[in-house]
Amino acid sequence: MKQAGERPVLDVSGLPSVAFGRSNTSWLGNVFYMLIEGTMFALLFASYFYLRTRSSSWPPFQSPPYAVYGIANALLFAFSLIPARLAQRVAPSGDRQKIRLALLGLGAFAVANLVLRGFELTSLNCRWYENAYGSILWSLVGLHTGHLITELVETMSLAGVSFTRSMEGTRLADVAINSDYWYFVVVTAFLMDVIVYGTTRFL
Amino acid sequence: MSQQVAVPESTREPILARTWRQPGGFWGWFQNVHHTAIGVRFMVTAFIFFLLGGVLAAIMRWQLATPEHGVIGPDLYNQIFTVHGSTMIFLFAVPMMFQGFGVYLVPLICGTRNIAFPRLNAFSYYVYLVGGLLLWAGLLLRTGADAGWFAYVPLSGPEFTPGKRSDFWAQMITFTEVSALGVAVSIATTILRYRAPGMTLNRMPLILWEKLVISMAVIFAMPAVMVVSYMLLMDRTINTQFFNPAVGGDVLLYQHLFWFFGHPEVYIIFLPGTAIASTVIPVFCRRHIFGYVPIVTSVVATGILGFGVWVHHMFATGLPQMSESFFTAATLMIVIPTAVQFYCWMATIWHGRLQLMLPMLWMFGFFFVFLIGGLSGVMLASVPLNWQVHDTFFVVAHFHYVLIGGALFPMFAGLYFWIPKITGRMMNTLLGKVHFWLFFAGFNITFFTMHFLGLRGMPRRVYTYGPEMHWEGLNLLASSGVLLMATGVIVFIVNFFHSKSRGRLAGPNPWGAGSLEWAVSSPPPAYNFLELPTVNGREPLWDALPNQPVVTGLRDDIPEVLVTNSLDSEPQHRDELPPASIWPFLAAIAVSVAFIWSIFSPWGVAYGAIPVAATLLGWLWPRGHSPSPRVPEEV
Ligand code: HEM
Repeated sequence: MKQAGERPVLDVSGLPSVAFGRSNTSWLGNVFYMLIEGTMFALLFASYFYLRTRSSSWPPFQSPPYAVYGIANALLFAFSLIPARLAQRVAPSGDRQKIRLALLGLGAFAVANLVLRGFELTSLNCRWYENAYGSILWSLVGLHTGHLITELVETMSLAGVSFTRSMEGTRLADVAINSDYWYFVVVTAFLMDVIVYGTTRFL
Repeated sequence: MSQQVAVPESTREPILARTWRQPGGFWGWFQNVHHTAIGVRFMVTAFIFFLLGGVLAAIMRWQLATPEHGVIGPDLYNQIFTVHGSTMIFLFAVPMMFQGFGVYLVPLICGTRNIAFPRLNAFSYYVYLVGGLLLWAGLLLRTGADAGWFAYVPLSGPEFTPGKRSDFWAQMITFTEVSALGVAVSIATTILRYRAPGMTLNRMPLILWEKLVISMAVIFAMPAVMVVSYMLLMDRTINTQFFNPAVGGDVLLYQHLFWFFGHPEVYIIFLPGTAIASTVIPVFCRRHIFGYVPIVTSVVATGILGFGVWVHHMFATGLPQMSESFFTAATLMIVIPTAVQFYCWMATIWHGRLQLMLPMLWMFGFFFVFLIGGLSGVMLASVPLNWQVHDTFFVVAHFHYVLIGGALFPMFAGLYFWIPKITGRMMNTLLGKVHFWLFFAGFNITFFTMHFLGLRGMPRRVYTYGPEMHWEGLNLLASSGVLLMATGVIVFIVNFFHSKSRGRLAGPNPWGAGSLEWAVSSPPPAYNFLELPTVNGREPLWDALPNQPVVTGLRDDIPEVLVTNSLDSEPQHRDELPPASIWPFLAAIAVSVAFIWSIFSPWGVAYGAIPVAATLLGWLWPRGHSPSPRVPEEV
């Protein structure tokens, strides 16, 4: 604190103009959105188990989803954590080239995930209009696919920005936050897999 | 005691004004992202929906004034009470009390220059507006929602409500919840990151505590109603079977999910009212609030109990009873935290020097009306009486006492209190008193009478009754009260417009209040604070040191704010906010098209997603370079 005129002042001009991690406002906003969407997933999971109690057999007189694509996609999701983590690591350096590579890598994974997701949808062995089981299963996969698409769009637009000089300041922090969101997508994918491919077999 | 934090004369003023100026003109309106403008829009729009909902209420009361009255038929009556209830809850109470007051006040009370995520905040306004218009378009096209404000299945499902009625309702919900969620994120982030240095959690004004708790309640509760309204919509449009028992669905799933949201919703409506009480009372008692810590504890407890009630009902009472005694149960569960708050307010009044100005008058109205609502709630909770009056006008009377007492009276207190800040001019006191007494008398005539109608067995949600029931006298009395209420509201509107152009100038702090919004001129300038304040106590202006420091060192040539940490609001870094932009509006339009399209065809979601993605890209894409790119070392 120093004196300016008669009034003491708190000079903040020396503080950084960008922050990474928890003190960043977008980081907090992202956490709130993950809470919101996490609640949605949780409610769909709960609805799934609730509907489970309404049927004597599960899946109701049909075979459970074919799991091969699901397992393959889960593996792919696991490996996609590498470029996501990498993007987060290089973001503070401001090295546009490295950031670009990491983001494009992450984007490529997201595209591959999406393609495999398409195959998953063809192998659920049920239709959403047949019964409540089909409805909730499709809703779960659908909600997650929506997240996957959003995240793909977001990653690719950040990758686009990384080709320009605007990839600086807050945008760097956004790259790191984008990876946080990707972790969220991966975790919810795993949880969803446990339900769609696990509980339909073993519950 | 009070003291100005901002230093008046400064050469920085024109630079700041230019940096923070929002575009004017017709197109400028759609680009504005400043919280004062958006907050006022929320308030004005919500107030208009209140008037519209009131017109519907008046039509209902007109129809019920005499037996076998032929103003409207049963089908229209169903639509009208549904749209009235939905409008009042989703388009008026929450958007006014949470979004409107919150968006306008929170950044000012935090001592910062704009809300966090200003574009998200502007976006939230437009989607709310479209959602409201959608519900009303349905009504005006005579396909209004008609299954009650909670749209229970199977009544609202594809079998019993063909056509598009319930879909309008379901999508209105989606719109308003997207809006509330966006605002909740903005407000919570503002409170946790943008508070003035020195405004530690322990000194945070009570209204900020309450906005924070409500934001968290919104974040956890609103997803439930979005999920459930989407299930309803999908059952109706793409033949999912969530609620069809023939193939493993269950209507109770709807109720579980709906009340997971519905219970917290009551507190989301009710807490802002108590926030206004805790803000207004100390000002007109000229002392700090009595029992800051107990009040904070009660507020937090209320937020948590909101979800607890749901659990209690799911496992202890079962669902069927719950829908009937919904408001009762909700009221009863918060008796203790509410009683604590009441006690603290009374103690503040008792130990203070009471000045009975307009906002305080409405506070006393709030105490009285809410107390009666609580008493009739206790009556409803007794099982024999509940059987007697179940689904009668007794229930209607009770929940209007709770809702109008808990939301409307505090709202008017808040409006009389903050309108001088918003418009820069004082409201007329005499007209304000006339408004109060007309409304207070009319309200009690209408709704107190309904208790007796209920005791005599008049059911709710009926469009008429026969003369042999002997209900006409009481009904006529109940309906006549509406005239008084309506006149009162008209007096308020006249008073507002009159004062807006000709009222006495308010100056920065007409009430001698202690929170930071009163440190700036009325209406606040585009940049809110010339110099960001620091804070030395729970009432920053009352507790300021003779030479309370101000913050310097933020850049004036770009819209920059100071970020502090959540706990002790220590300065952390500087943050540049995005400038005005048309993209939030365009994104809202794109989202609206997709949502509305999805009512008519499932492909709406798929095709509609493309413009949504495009507008989001436009929104997020950086425009030009920062005047001085920030270098990694600085990072
Ligand atoms: C200002 C004057 C008001 C009047 C005269 C009024 C009158 C009415 C009437 C006559 C009904 C329908 C009774 C029936 O036939 O079932 C009703 C229902 C309702 N009102 Fe109001 N009301 C007013 C304000 C409000 C406010 C401010 C709120 C909320 C904040 C509200 C929320 C509701 C709700 C939730 C319903 C139930 C709708 C349903 O049954 O689905 N009302 N009101």
